[in-house]
Amino acid sequence: MWDQEIRQMASSHAIMASGVFMATVVPAVLVPGFSVYGTHLLWLYSVAGSVAVVNITLFWLLGVSPPTKKHTLTYKVSKLVRSCLYLFLSCLFFHTVVVLYGAPLLETALETFSLAVLLTSLTTLRCVCVLGPNVQAWIRVFSRHGAMSVWDTSLQMVVGCSVVGAWLGAFPIPLDWDRPWQVWPVSCSLGAVIGYLTGLVVAPTWIHWHRKHLTYKSK
Amino acid sequence: MKVRSSIFASLCLILEVLGIALFLRGFFPVPIKSSFSSKSKLSDLPAEPFTGSSPNSSKLPDPLFKRVVIMLIDALREDFVFGSNGRNDMPYTRHLVERGSTHSFVAKARAPTVTMPRIKALTTGSIPGFIDVVMNLNSPALLEDNLIWQAKAAGKRMVFYGDDTWIKLFPKHFMEYDGTTSFFVSDYTEVDNNVTRHLDSTLRRDDWDILILHFLGLDHIGHISGPHSSLIQPKLLEMDDILKKIHGSLILKEAEGTLPYLLVLCGDHGMSETGSHGGSSEHEVNTPLVLISPAFKRKAGMEKPSTVEQVDLAPTLALGLGLPISQNSVGRLIQPVAEEASLRDQLRFLHVNGHQLGCLLKDSTPAYEKEVGYEQFRVAEKSHGNWLKLMVEGNTSEVLTNMGKKVLKQYLEALRAMSAALSKQLGRYDMYSMVVGMVLVFQLLLLLLLAMPEALSSASLVDLPVSSALLSLPFYLLCLLLSSVHVLVCTSAESSCYFCSLSWGLVFGVVALSSALLCILVAMGARRLSLGSMSSGKSPARGGGGWSLSELDILLLVGTAGHTLSLAASSFVEEEHQVWYFLLNTLCLAVFQDVCRKYFRERRANAGQVGSLEDEDQDEMASPLADLGVTDMGSERWLALVTPLFTLVCCRLLRSFNQTGVQWAHLPDLGHWLNSSEHKVVLSVVTTMSLILIYFLVQRRCSWVSKIALALGLLGVFSYRAAVGNVMFPWQHGSRNLSKGTVEARFVYVFVLGILFTGSKDLLRSQVITTDARLKSRGLWEIYSGVVLLVSLLFRAHNLPVLCCCLLVQTLMAQFIWKKLHYDAAQTTIMHYWFGQAFFYFQGNSNSIATVDISVGFVGLETYVESLAVFLTALSTYAGPLLWAAHLVCYLSSENRSSVAVGHGCYCLALLRSVPMAAYVVLVTALRYHLFIWSVFSPKLMYESMHTLLTAAICLFFTTMEQSRSSSRL
Repeated sequence: MWDQEIRQMASSHAIMASGVFMATVVPAVLVPGFSVYGTHLLWLYSVAGSVAVVNITLFWLLGVSPPTKKHTLTYKVSKLVRSCLYLFLSCLFFHTVVVLYGAPLLETALETFSLAVLLTSLTTLRCVCVLGPNVQAWIRVFSRHGAMSVWDTSLQMVVGCSVVGAWLGAFPIPLDWDRPWQVWPVSCSLGAVIGYLTGLVVAPTWIHWHRKHLTYKSK
Repeated sequence: MKVRSSIFASLCLILEVLGIALFLRGFFPVPIKSSFSSKSKLSDLPAEPFTGSSPNSSKLPDPLFKRVVIMLIDALREDFVFGSNGRNDMPYTRHLVERGSTHSFVAKARAPTVTMPRIKALTTGSIPGFIDVVMNLNSPALLEDNLIWQAKAAGKRMVFYGDDTWIKLFPKHFMEYDGTTSFFVSDYTEVDNNVTRHLDSTLRRDDWDILILHFLGLDHIGHISGPHSSLIQPKLLEMDDILKKIHGSLILKEAEGTLPYLLVLCGDHGMSETGSHGGSSEHEVNTPLVLISPAFKRKAGMEKPSTVEQVDLAPTLALGLGLPISQNSVGRLIQPVAEEASLRDQLRFLHVNGHQLGCLLKDSTPAYEKEVGYEQFRVAEKSHGNWLKLMVEGNTSEVLTNMGKKVLKQYLEALRAMSAALSKQLGRYDMYSMVVGMVLVFQLLLLLLLAMPEALSSASLVDLPVSSALLSLPFYLLCLLLSSVHVLVCTSAESSCYFCSLSWGLVFGVVALSSALLCILVAMGARRLSLGSMSSGKSPARGGGGWSLSELDILLLVGTAGHTLSLAASSFVEEEHQVWYFLLNTLCLAVFQDVCRKYFRERRANAGQVGSLEDEDQDEMASPLADLGVTDMGSERWLALVTPLFTLVCCRLLRSFNQTGVQWAHLPDLGHWLNSSEHKVVLSVVTTMSLILIYFLVQRRCSWVSKIALALGLLGVFSYRAAVGNVMFPWQHGSRNLSKGTVEARFVYVFVLGILFTGSKDLLRSQVITTDARLKSRGLWEIYSGVVLLVSLLFRAHNLPVLCCCLLVQTLMAQFIWKKLHYDAAQTTIMHYWFGQAFFYFQGNSNSIATVDISVGFVGLETYVESLAVFLTALSTYAGPLLWAAHLVCYLSSENRSSVAVGHGCYCLALLRSVPMAAYVVLVTALRYHLFIWSVFSPKLMYESMHTLLTAAICLFFTTMEQSRSSSRL
């Protein structure tokens, strides 16, 4: 039914996954002393950056985002500004949630905020790319039976997987193994990235598998 | 037989408690004892190994010391003496350690690091089992062979001052004694003055051989304010002065030609970074052991003290005083103590020690001859004999000395191996009783699970095929089979087994119960299967039961299962609070999402009905927050939206109130900050605010009598706190002399009883005379408020905000979430259970024995009344789960709920408790040889069992509530 879109999605997801992979490998070659655990924040920002760049480029090229009715420059600028604002707010939101989950309030604020930035780049950025800076649409997609296209379903899955990955990533922290990846926020950010990659793989596969039964309400 | 699900659930839970009791009896091992019940005698001593034919002595060598002074400082941590602060805190002791004729060691105590088991370890040399902790509060006399008994039998005159646990353990052993009770933890000067006041006169006299002093002050300071408090240094200096005084007078008494004295400074256990003890962290386990005697070589400088076991002191003292080593001792001689004696004596000491250990090993292991240590001991004994022969023959060459040293080394090696083998032996389990208990627990869990569809149905009736099961042939066959298995096991078991020692009637009862349960299970399983196939045959579209799960349901189920699984890891048991906080946060977020969905979907649906297709721009401009205020139900929506967020913030705040667990327990928390003396004003203000808020939250649904009683009671709570010295009266700034606050506490108790009485009166009236549902819910609420008042009296002052937050969250969630979102009874119960668990940890509990606040057992009591103390301690420890369960009853039986809600809630509560309990019983059995079994898993087992017992009581209460409802309906 949606063969072409699924193919598009699979290839774009492959590019995104390779983006994450490159973001890990390239600094390892270029930056001396780079390691995922040791210079964790560097890795984190490189992943976040690459995910952001790849996402924005791909979705711009694919043209998934809803068509705009007005083509004036001011409208576009305002949309851009609003996107940035939402991204920043989402960073703050994630930061607050992580603190509520028990992260220290002041001591590791930088690490916590970096995790929030990573989560934003994995989740909110994709929302902005797919749905535009439109909170109503976001709420619609994330409520039950709210998906209206294949891309909405994949968005649900990727976002869900990333968040659940970060959530699961917190579990090893209390274990007394004293491993480098138990240091805050390594396990959570690793969990988020692994969850994101899983989501990238799962979404096209699941949609392909269920393509016969998928029906979407039109707007 | 049809049973209502609440009765079914309580019945299952009560039977489960019995199963657990049986399991516990099997799990906590009886300590190893020598097969002879008598005590060691000097005449039992082995002869010196001698291959020649000369008259070899079976005497002990001459004692090394004439008088011994044991100065035991409760909770003396190793670094208080040997650490960097030791130089300032205990200057004299430190000087002796560095320059004097002393030996210093770090003595490792075993978990549980609680005073009574440690005293037992110090005097018997054995390692008392975990069950001793439970008996810690009332210590019966120690009947085992011990050092004190041996000394008395040998005619030594002993004097004791200090903790009266000793006097209870060794009644009539001391020539002179003065015990101080350690229960008023807030007192840390008088307990020590009670000891010191006798010191001068005793030291002047000559009529004693052993003087034991047990100082409690340091431990109390630790409990009050932790190891870094400003109170510690003066206390240590005081102790140092006492040591100096004793040492000085011992030196004065020292006469030429007599045996030297020995002064022992030791601690029974350490204290953790929070100041408590009971666990097995480094700081709790490591205690200093300083032996001071002119018989030792002078030290040249500070050396790093070597490590010994705490139990090693008992055999060392016994040998040093020329007494036989007590039979069950697993300790070994601290060799440096005997260093200055002749080589022959040294070898003899080691031989005696080895012989005693060997005997104990023989009694406790069937295959003792294969033990490495035992073989080594045999070899060493043989070479000892050879050496003696050479020595008696008059050989004095270098060779002899070297050979002697070699024998010494062999002996030490053998002792070490035997001691280790014996310590390992201590974890021997009564597997049969454990298995029987476990089988019972599992059968009941399966029964609960199988009955789920019926118990949660709208009729809330469970159809138990009891009569058909009891009349069936398999039941009798099973009874016969199990009885024969029982006979077989009990006749073949070589070790003692509790279940076998039970009377036949009881055993048969258990056997019949178990087989009946099995039959019922099979019958119910078969019925379920046939029903399942029928329903799937009829309507294939419905599939598996037709229960559709929302995200929240999935979260609740996954969370419960995940928590149960997490108990398998010792770290997760230690840090269980993290799991609950994490789950609770996720729950709040899920609820938040539900709320959002409900209100926004509704809005969208409304908008769709109107048919105004929203323009994209409008859609974008209408931010969710902007339009909330405009709608009719605006404020309610607002509150519903804010409630989960508020709960989240509350939880985050409460989390930083009491740091618990192990890894992060040392982090500073608000509780400590509030308790420090500089912030007394803040604490007073916070306490006042919390009490006022508690009043306003609770009084809403009470009758006016209860309202007044509640207000007066809360006032009483404040004056109790002021009398004890936690908070200040605003009009009384000067320092008042502190009392125990007995009068104030009793004042509160009166009101608690009054409120409970009015509540139960209302309940009875609603049940018997009128069928007024409002009266009943008021009665329930009054009972709830009575519990709240009692808890607010028992909670420490800094925990009152926790109680306050608990009530606030309950009120808000009930008002805006549970009612408005129409969660069913099962969901509500699970949420209540989670909240209860989280609040258990919010109030500062953990899964270690150390955090049980036993001082609660003495609120308003002049003397120690065991039953009351246990009741109050249990109540305050489980206040969180209890309050949430009480709230659940009130909520579920409030007027507009369906009549089966209470039954569903009761069933869910029973199931929620049974699942982790059953899983944990299996886990503990599987992990019984785990390294942390005594320090981590056993305390958790105690906590879980206690919680199950409490839940059984709560379920009974639920049942009575439901009963009255159904009778009032008729």
